[in-house]
Amino acid sequence: MTASEQDFLNNPLGKDTTLEDVVDGFEFLDDWEERYAFIIDLGKQLPPFPDDERTEENYVHGCQSQVWLIHHYDEESGKLYLLIDSDAIIVRGLAAIILVALNGKTPRDLLATDIDELFEELDLFRHISPTRGNGLRAMVSKIRDIAAETAAA
Amino acid sequence: MTDLSVANKAGRATFDVDAVRRDFPILDQQINGKPLVYLDNGASAQKPIAVLDAMDRYYREMHSNVHRGAHTLGDRATSAFEGAREKVRSFLNAGSTREIIWTRGTTEAINVVANGLAGRLKPGDEILVSHMEHHANIVPWQMVAERTGAKVLPVQVTPEGELDLESFTSLLGDRTRVLALTHVSNVLGTVNPVAPLIEQAKARGVITLIDGAQAVPHFQPDVQALGCDFYVFSSHKLFGPTGIGVLYGKAQLLEEMPPYQGGGEMIERVSFERTTWNVLPYKFEAGTPPIAEAVGLGAAIDYLDSLDRKGMEAAEAALLTRANQLVESVPGMEVIGTASNKMPVMSFKIAGLHPSDIGTLLDQQGIEIRTGHHCAMPLMDFYGVPGTARASFAFYNTLEEVEQLFTALQKIQRLFA
Repeated sequence: MTASEQDFLNNPLGKDTTLEDVVDGFEFLDDWEERYAFIIDLGKQLPPFPDDERTEENYVHGCQSQVWLIHHYDEESGKLYLLIDSDAIIVRGLAAIILVALNGKTPRDLLATDIDELFEELDLFRHISPTRGNGLRAMVSKIRDIAAETAAA
Repeated sequence: MTDLSVANKAGRATFDVDAVRRDFPILDQQINGKPLVYLDNGASAQKPIAVLDAMDRYYREMHSNVHRGAHTLGDRATSAFEGAREKVRSFLNAGSTREIIWTRGTTEAINVVANGLAGRLKPGDEILVSHMEHHANIVPWQMVAERTGAKVLPVQVTPEGELDLESFTSLLGDRTRVLALTHVSNVLGTVNPVAPLIEQAKARGVITLIDGAQAVPHFQPDVQALGCDFYVFSSHKLFGPTGIGVLYGKAQLLEEMPPYQGGGEMIERVSFERTTWNVLPYKFEAGTPPIAEAVGLGAAIDYLDSLDRKGMEAAEAALLTRANQLVESVPGMEVIGTASNKMPVMSFKIAGLHPSDIGTLLDQQGIEIRTGHHCAMPLMDFYGVPGTARASFAFYNTLEEVEQLFTALQKIQRLFA
């Protein structure tokens, strides 16, 4: 099964779950256990990822775990929709946070979003360091590449 | 210097982990608000003050280029540098310092040998490695096989993580030219019975190389007793600096091998008609060598000599025993590598968790381990895992740290449950 348009449009991340929700959520968490429990829960909101899309083409290199990313450009609204999957639970949570910030934006808006600055401003990086292993940077850079290609097309 | 080491030995009649920990300043710090528990010694070990001081003193008091002989500083540097070579010779019980060659590390040492043996290999010749090798003891052989038409064949591993000796016997044949084995597996901790395997290989005239990178931090090999042709290791895993490693090779084979790199130091005479090579070990040491690093490695060996070696080995074994006892306290935890003869290394998985999940959440608790494929993808494939989490202990780790690891794993397991 490959992904349908509905799979992309039904993704709650960035739509029902907003950046404000995530930031508010983080604010009340005291220790690493609560923070990571929150991140793990966010990961559970990732929509199911179609098995057929787990291909080399959709693979995000540069993560310690396996990460796949697909996109759909909705011409009518001019917005870019994303789906991400990983076999590591924390990476799924981080992917959810990225989607909350970047999913369902126009490529131009997406490219104008400085996610590092945004996360720093929101103090998210205080406890989620963008290490080599978790692939945060690799995911963001692949999404930005897709947005740039879509904008150029 | 000799007097000092005797005094140290007398001063530390029994192994005292608290005293030893004070020799490693890096251990005394907080990570993510928790006391650091460093359990990634298999990737790289920490350095005692003795090593830091030796390198600092070298640069402050005696640095100059070596083997130039024109001035006093040069003589001091040369004597410190060659003194370190003698310490390594003694550490390995090699016959001569001519047989001790500095490299950048284990990886380069294996590349020097693989490259040096290429001229002896013909199409159809076989190079035996094992399924538990680090990529550094696979890829250089694959590259030389590609050039020569030789084949690289892996000795199989049992599910427990031991070498399959039947597989070894069946693969060791008339076409075998090289046997390259790890002494201790970086993933499993298995100590391979290399001595009898070297003996069988030697009986057939097979050249033998032992990768000692994971062995030397735990015990002292005797290359003459082992009888191997080559033994290689890295300084940074032996509590010395990064950037330097050791290739021990039998003089006769080293004499026969072509140099690895050309340049300064490795030549006897250069002309456009004919260039001749320097004597051993310099023939394999082109360019200005890592002098301060050699001095640091020498200091690390002196430091280890000052410890109660038997007590240290017993303390390490106790760490592994405690870890093994605690495995069942973590639901879903499974140890990968349960060989009967094991160094204090524990690779594991926890049902439902990715190794990177485990590593991230241990780091949150100040506990540093390695996660991933450990540069041993064939072994990961054998066990059908994308990677493992690996805690690797050193003599400066404590039983309390082992217990902290398992308390932390229990927390993680609950978080995901």
